[in-house]
Amino acid sequence: MSAPLLDVSDLRVSFATEEGVVKAVDGVSFDLRAGEILAIVGESGCGKSVTALTVMGLSRGPNATIEGSAMLSGVDLVTMDDEALHKVRAERVAMVFQDPMTALNPVYKVGDQIVEQIRAHEDISKEAARARAIEALRSVGIPNPGRRYDHYPHEFSGGMRQRAMIALALSLEPEVLIADEPTTALDVTIQAQILSLIERLNRDRGLAVILITHDLGVVAEVADRALVMYAGRVVEEGTLDDIFYDPQHPYTWGLLGSLTRIDQPRPRRLPLIPGAPPSLISPPQGCHFRPRCPHAFTKCPTTPPLEARLPDNPGHRDRCWLDSETKRARRVVEDRIGLVASAE
Amino acid sequence: MARFAARRLVNMVFVLIAISIITFLIFYKIPGGDPVLRIAGRASNETTRAQIREDYGFNDPVYVQYGELMKKTVSGDLISYSNRVNVREELVRGLPATLSLVIGSAVIWLFFGVLFGVLSAVYAGRWPDRVITILAMIGISLPVFWLGALLLYYLTFKVSLFPAGGYVPLTEDPAGWFSHLILPWFTLSILFIGFYTRLLRSNMLDVMNEDYVRTARAKGLSERRVLGRHVMRNALIPIVTLFGLDVGAAIGGGAILTESVYDLQGIGQYVADSVGSLDLPPIMGTTLYAAFFIVLFSAIVDILYARLDPRVRLNQ
Repeated sequence: MSAPLLDVSDLRVSFATEEGVVKAVDGVSFDLRAGEILAIVGESGCGKSVTALTVMGLSRGPNATIEGSAMLSGVDLVTMDDEALHKVRAERVAMVFQDPMTALNPVYKVGDQIVEQIRAHEDISKEAARARAIEALRSVGIPNPGRRYDHYPHEFSGGMRQRAMIALALSLEPEVLIADEPTTALDVTIQAQILSLIERLNRDRGLAVILITHDLGVVAEVADRALVMYAGRVVEEGTLDDIFYDPQHPYTWGLLGSLTRIDQPRPRRLPLIPGAPPSLISPPQGCHFRPRCPHAFTKCPTTPPLEARLPDNPGHRDRCWLDSETKRARRVVEDRIGLVASAE
Repeated sequence: MARFAARRLVNMVFVLIAISIITFLIFYKIPGGDPVLRIAGRASNETTRAQIREDYGFNDPVYVQYGELMKKTVSGDLISYSNRVNVREELVRGLPATLSLVIGSAVIWLFFGVLFGVLSAVYAGRWPDRVITILAMIGISLPVFWLGALLLYYLTFKVSLFPAGGYVPLTEDPAGWFSHLILPWFTLSILFIGFYTRLLRSNMLDVMNEDYVRTARAKGLSERRVLGRHVMRNALIPIVTLFGLDVGAAIGGGAILTESVYDLQGIGQYVADSVGSLDLPPIMGTTLYAAFFIVLFSAIVDILYARLDPRVRLNQ
């Protein structure tokens, strides 16, 4: 196994608000290897976007406290000064955002927005940058890129805008692409196109991708590995097979149990995880999932570390005190993986 | 764009006609509006008044009277009932003072409004923002007549820093023109600076939270470029709109208080005097004049708006 491209270790991000200090990210560690697609899954507010923004230095601000490190081939993005960070952004790590409708500046031509980025990083002529921008638009499958260059964002459809965002992100050939829910705002057919585009770029260019999503379907489609996040922490990490076929954390069971699958009989009611995510201002002591977990026991008020708990699979780590035999027995609900039975 | 301009021009004619009818009807109905007394004088006898009524056509049906008035308005023959002065000549006489006042002030208020607005937004929540916010609130709350009177008292009467009111034409004496206008410019600008500062501050803070500003940062642009090209460019669009309308209204006679306090003999002051003496011809003339500038500037604003925001299309 090669050295990781990006090594995030014990990342903690908190924001001072009027209600108190929000611990949005609470000790997240993971690594991203060259050429892989790593999915970060979790529900809204679990800290997955903040984790990504922090890697880009975009969560910095007067009210934010950031600890831990994010090493990008030897340099720490967390402590890096602004000047150096400007060089890293887009050039080494680029980001695609959730809503392509609002992520491009409405008053500038799409092509010019790409040229602006190229010329902020490289000392090249306008004409050369324009040619590069057109090439970038072409590479993400935008038809007629020469003409499209001069269009404004509102003249693009949602899918085309997301392609343009990806073209923008890739125009400087970064090593890492962070895609923050890139398909959430799009139609299902367009979602599939965008995902296969990301997959193709990953395959052809060896681009490492962090794909943030709350959609396990998306994860199953394109990811190599996945992190499951809950209330600011990673609760489980593993390959796709690990997560989908041998999930160790009850929260992951709950997520999988609340999926409807086309190859299985339709449940009478969609099984859901009872309760709501905890406040990140005063999270529960110990395991954050404890208040919602039907399997909680005496050990749970002590925080379980994220570690490999299966002797034969060191890459599969989770944060649950239960032993793996008990887990395998308890996660089967109504003949499939789940947390609770579907309500009648 | 030419078609849009042409259409707005046609619209403008209709707006002006509507305004003239409303003005005429209000005046016709207003108690004490009877122009005969004004023309004949209070000491006149009934025979003179009847004669005047006949001569001036006040016995004619309303629509005939309106038609006559509009004919004179268009041909520039509108004459005041009370002092027999030609309205168009009065407007032309007042225009240089009003234009000097408004254009000078507009430059000042736009410059300082944008400067303070940007500082306030960039330092939001910190002390420069707090100081600017307090100053802006004071500026918005200061009554023009009070501020004007105070400045006149302290800076011309107590300390003779500036001349005490009046207007000196630019062509005759540029230095005098300038020194006579400094206080009026400042007085008229204060309120607008306050408003523009507050508006730009909130616009900029809104825009800073937009996704495309985050994208601009993610592109690795410097903070200066993010603010200058992405935040300012979008936050200034509503300011441009407001600026156009404010300038139009001020040229149209909206600077009444400033002109009166400093005795600039501009159009605003003429408007105030005409309304005070319930004199229909100048009221009609100045109302249409003001309406013309306001409609004109709102058309200019629309065209500018379409230039600044590519999402806006002038409907063809």
